[in-house]
Amino acid sequence: MSLVEVNHLNKIYQMGEVTISALKDVSLDIEAGTFVSIVGPSGSGKSTILNLVGCLDQPTSGSIKVVNQEVGELNNKQRADFRGQHLGFVFQNFNLIPVLSVYENVEYPLLMVKNESSAKHKDRILKLLDAVGVIDQKDKRPSQISGGQMQRVAVARALITQPKLVIADEPTANLDHDTAYKIINLMKEMKNQFNTTFVFSTHDPKIIGEAEIIYTLEDGMIKNREDRRTK
Amino acid sequence: MMKVAKIAYRNLLRYSRRTMLTSMLVIIGIAAVLLFIAIAGSFKQLMVGQITDSMLGHLQVHRKGYVASIDNSPLNLNLTSKQMTKLNEVLENNESIVAYSGRLKFGGMLSSFTETSNIRVNGIDPEQELNSVPLLKQRVTGPDNGTKATLKKGEIWIPETLAKGMKLKIGAQVVLVATNKDGSVNGVPLTVSGIIGAMTGPGGRDGYLNIADAYQLLRIKKGEVNEVAIRLKSFDSMEPAFAKLKKQLSEFKNKKDKPVFETHTWEKLSPFSNIAKIIDLLTMFVKVILIAIVLVSIMNVMLMAVYERIREIGTIAAIGTSPGKIWSLFLMEGFFLGLFGAVVGSFVSLGIIQYLNWQKLIVSFGKQDTLVLEPSIAISEVITTALIVIAISALASLQPAVKASKLEPVDALRHF
Repeated sequence: MSLVEVNHLNKIYQMGEVTISALKDVSLDIEAGTFVSIVGPSGSGKSTILNLVGCLDQPTSGSIKVVNQEVGELNNKQRADFRGQHLGFVFQNFNLIPVLSVYENVEYPLLMVKNESSAKHKDRILKLLDAVGVIDQKDKRPSQISGGQMQRVAVARALITQPKLVIADEPTANLDHDTAYKIINLMKEMKNQFNTTFVFSTHDPKIIGEAEIIYTLEDGMIKNREDRRTK
Repeated sequence: MMKVAKIAYRNLLRYSRRTMLTSMLVIIGIAAVLLFIAIAGSFKQLMVGQITDSMLGHLQVHRKGYVASIDNSPLNLNLTSKQMTKLNEVLENNESIVAYSGRLKFGGMLSSFTETSNIRVNGIDPEQELNSVPLLKQRVTGPDNGTKATLKKGEIWIPETLAKGMKLKIGAQVVLVATNKDGSVNGVPLTVSGIIGAMTGPGGRDGYLNIADAYQLLRIKKGEVNEVAIRLKSFDSMEPAFAKLKKQLSEFKNKKDKPVFETHTWEKLSPFSNIAKIIDLLTMFVKVILIAIVLVSIMNVMLMAVYERIREIGTIAAIGTSPGKIWSLFLMEGFFLGLFGAVVGSFVSLGIIQYLNWQKLIVSFGKQDTLVLEPSIAISEVITTALIVIAISALASLQPAVKASKLEPVDALRHF
């Protein structure tokens, strides 16, 4: 069953007098419960496609269906609600809120998006922090933990709302190889544990191999789709 | 909304340095304004109290046309004993009035036998006068330090400037010479029984003598005066009491169908009323300046907060926080900054006011150099000022809050 259906997607950025065609007639399909990687060199359109699928940006033309919802038709508020309801995000720079503790960072989406009370979700947060291996860091601020730990916290934050799809834009770009590998494995574990679909972008060939389906982008176009599940 | 409020509160606690700096600005601003209001208000109250309770009274009644030529102290515009009888009847039946005193003001020459000087004096009934202007006795220096301030027949209280100039002391013998309204000159020997401190405004350097001596000197019939000073039960009820008395007295007409009496509040008779108005105006300007300080500082801080936290805003927007909630979050932060600053600032100002009262704040004004200010501020004034500051803080956060809520997540996330 398709979780994400992208058809004839185009994205054009107008920067002054210069027109940049970031995506050209892109079509792809992501099944629920898969571990998908989008690879390609810098400027190939990886982040653009993830932003569009993640409802952070709007396409110039084409259609994007996520969880059977045509997201291109949604207004700002509806897109925000949709993201809160169905999506989780992991960023290259972790993007944890610096003044909040590890626990509070993970709790944040529940308070702001799900409107849940603190008492109700405490156990769930602690379990998730345990699952991603940072339970012992729960009272520390982001500045007091390592990059790998920060990304683990970011993964926990992405999963806390039980999203159908987690979008990770270059989640390992700021990590050393070992840590990057551990993070990808953690995401894979979480995918299996929570049956969540993960789509991540990378240009690190060593971790690409961990993906089940690999889309290769070049100059804003999909050059190749590789399904490694059959191999 | 409660969750947003809690998060906004937590953000302010966590961004502690910025919160403290902005709050300090609001605290200092509100404390300074409330302190200014308290000190300026108490100074105004003290001066008005001194002027009304030791000299002018709250209201005054004269014969029509007297105030226009008050500097000449004309004796041909006296209230006759017949007019005074009618006036007494009105005043006695007015429930707002606690006391009144008829005065006979006139100019004369005071001679110490070696020196002679001009003097303006008030012929008074001491009992009536002290009931109408009870602080008058505080201005009198005499053998009994003014505690009795009896001013018996044959005695005179002279202004301190004149006493210094003519080297007159308590017990000195003087002669007061004056011209009556018919132009004939007469003199009366008097003993200096008190030296009276100067006051700001007209009549502030007048002497006082018993009205019986004034009648004898001016050869005027008993009962005639040219000024009636009135003390009201409550200073705050001055305007309605004045309006009522003015209406009552306007019914008395002379043969030409013109009004017999004219009624004035102390404000029309003392130049200090203009100073009081300036104090009110200054207070308003200081409030406006405070509002501007709070508005600019909170707006600046909140705008800086938005710029500093663009990626944070992008992140919370990306995870699904609606633009409305982001708007509320920043608005709440501004509101709490104002609330904290207003509450602490109000308590700080109340503390300083208490301290000043304990320390006895002494000021000088004109000839008076030992005025003890007792700063106080009405709670309603504190609450109003605090509410204005809180409202302005929220208002100042509006624009930054709108800016934060309108940031596109994808742009905000790219920000470094």
